[in-house]
Amino acid sequence: METQTLIYIFVGLSFALYIGIAVWSRAGSTKDFYVAGGGVNPVVNGMATAADWMSAASFISMAGLIAFLGYDGSVYLMGWTGGYVMLALLLAPYLRKFGQFTVPDFIGTRYYSKAARVVAVICLIFISFTYIAGQMRGVGIVFSRFLDVQITMGVVIGMGIVFVYAVLGGMKGITYTQVAQYCVLIFAYMVPAFFISFLVTGNPIPQLGLGSTVNDGSGMYVLQKLDLVLQDLGFGPYTDGSKSMIDVFCITMALMVGTAGLPHVIVRFFTVPKASDARKSAGWALVFIALLYTTAPAVGAFSRINFIETVNDQSYVEAPGWFKNWEANDLIAWQDKNDDGKMEYRAGDAFVGKPEFTGETGKHGERLLSNEPNAESENEVYVDRDIMVLANPEIANLPGWVIALVAAGGLAAALSTAAGLLLVISSSISHDLLKSTFRPDITEKGELLAARIAATAAILVAGYLGIYPPGWVAQVVAFAFGLAAASLFPAIFMGIFSKTMNKEGAIAGMVSGLVFTFGYIFYFKLMNPDANVAESWLFGISPEGIGVVGMLINFGVAIAVSKMTDSPPMEIRKLVNSIRVPRGAGDAHAH
Amino acid sequence: MSEEDVETTESEQAYWTENIRLLCTLMAIWFVVSFGAGILFRDFLDQFSLGGYPLGFWFAQQGSIYVFIALIFYYTVKMRKIEKKYDLDD
Repeated sequence: METQTLIYIFVGLSFALYIGIAVWSRAGSTKDFYVAGGGVNPVVNGMATAADWMSAASFISMAGLIAFLGYDGSVYLMGWTGGYVMLALLLAPYLRKFGQFTVPDFIGTRYYSKAARVVAVICLIFISFTYIAGQMRGVGIVFSRFLDVQITMGVVIGMGIVFVYAVLGGMKGITYTQVAQYCVLIFAYMVPAFFISFLVTGNPIPQLGLGSTVNDGSGMYVLQKLDLVLQDLGFGPYTDGSKSMIDVFCITMALMVGTAGLPHVIVRFFTVPKASDARKSAGWALVFIALLYTTAPAVGAFSRINFIETVNDQSYVEAPGWFKNWEANDLIAWQDKNDDGKMEYRAGDAFVGKPEFTGETGKHGERLLSNEPNAESENEVYVDRDIMVLANPEIANLPGWVIALVAAGGLAAALSTAAGLLLVISSSISHDLLKSTFRPDITEKGELLAARIAATAAILVAGYLGIYPPGWVAQVVAFAFGLAAASLFPAIFMGIFSKTMNKEGAIAGMVSGLVFTFGYIFYFKLMNPDANVAESWLFGISPEGIGVVGMLINFGVAIAVSKMTDSPPMEIRKLVNSIRVPRGAGDAHAH
Repeated sequence: MSEEDVETTESEQAYWTENIRLLCTLMAIWFVVSFGAGILFRDFLDQFSLGGYPLGFWFAQQGSIYVFIALIFYYTVKMRKIEKKYDLDD
């Protein structure tokens, strides 16, 4: 059967499965809608959390990012996994014991203040929308590359699917679809990884393969060879980075703390029956996540080797089929600068800017470019990083069904994350803004309806952002983590571990952390991108890592202000005491 | 943290102290394997190797993640015991 037909079948089947699950697990009450009734098995919840967490970027882009960053790519690997230790040890069990529905719920109650709740809602909405726009874009890209439909159409189909199971099923529907999506995405990731690891090293386990010798009789280790080959071509060695140590340190820390402060991740731990289950669930979530995250660096390294070996100094006419396929999709380009018909792959940009194809073909059959060649580098090959995962099955000569699987996997990753984000946005509007702040007399039915309307509105906004991505979307992913680290995490952490932190301190801390981090990222990413170089950064910390400084400011301001103002009332101290003890989580639901 | 309050029982107090001590130990390990071995002392560790991995690089891209998982499960098991001991389990 043709690959294209297989892709339609795989994607169609997976969509049918998601919708089937959604219909089966419709939400009947607000508790179903917000926290799936609070009765999800911790292992199941761990799996759902993993799908929720691993986005289109994790699935499609991460291995490619590491392939090109080498050691510097470690910031993502450690940053996006280490946060789960903080979640399991410092936040999740206590938030579960507190036992309400949303993150602003906790902040509003613990700091006995509607203002604190509203500040938390603002942080949450900002973080979640930044994140979701990227997911809808990811859905569109997968559709356009694999299914040959327009990006706009792809986004609309994606919105439709998410609409069905997020609006109908709420958290309950999302949880069980995410379990299915995890299975699809991990299978789709591992199968090509086994193959390529076996191909390059003779060892099918990628995590072991990366530490083994290359299969070419040279007896060299994979990383050794990669270092050598890259240095030959003028790149820096793979196992060494170009970022400064302080920057690597801060980015890793910001990603870890940010992960622990992301509302759509935290809220998953409200769905398990007991406080101790929240710990167990975080452990399982990390197991499921680590499966992909320890495979990604191996996939990155292998595909970089494979890519160099099959492309560099080969004549274009004899280039493998996948090279031309992805060239047709704009992800690869070749500009024969020295007119020898061979593809020289070297360090540096081949030409200025993103490829602009003229629509004509050159004498070797390549697509001609109108870009100005970059005279400073001999490099002739432009390659989009996403290739490393998307083209992997083709580079490794795998059958059509594996390619179809990767398409379904990429969609599963993007849809599951989008749904989780939509849910926290809608529940913060219907529950925190309406029920708890502006319309306390709303009925259960009215609140459920409001949640569904809010989810629908959020999908439309997300879809719009996916179809017409404002130029800043790609620039500001750093926002989501940095802001979560600088605003929500310290407020939640102090709410549990300090009995003397009061509302004045918490609000002042959140606002100052938020304003500082927002201002710093805004200045370097949007206002004055030319100044975005190490020399002008504060302490040499890039906008990606500045959330750490924001977090320290938050802690500092909060502690100083709380020392100067009244300590929290007695019932808050009692509340903190009860959060700290696991016993009695079952009854804590009652509002 | 002020501990002047009267509303916690002695066993709750002891439970919390033991929890904090455990947390500090585990978070120290968390810091050492990632920020320590993977970043601050990477250059030093890279002179050793684990198979084809330079050791510091291995910690940064593989090892720290395995330790993270072990930390969470160790905490889960250990906390069950502490909760039982003070009769505060759920």
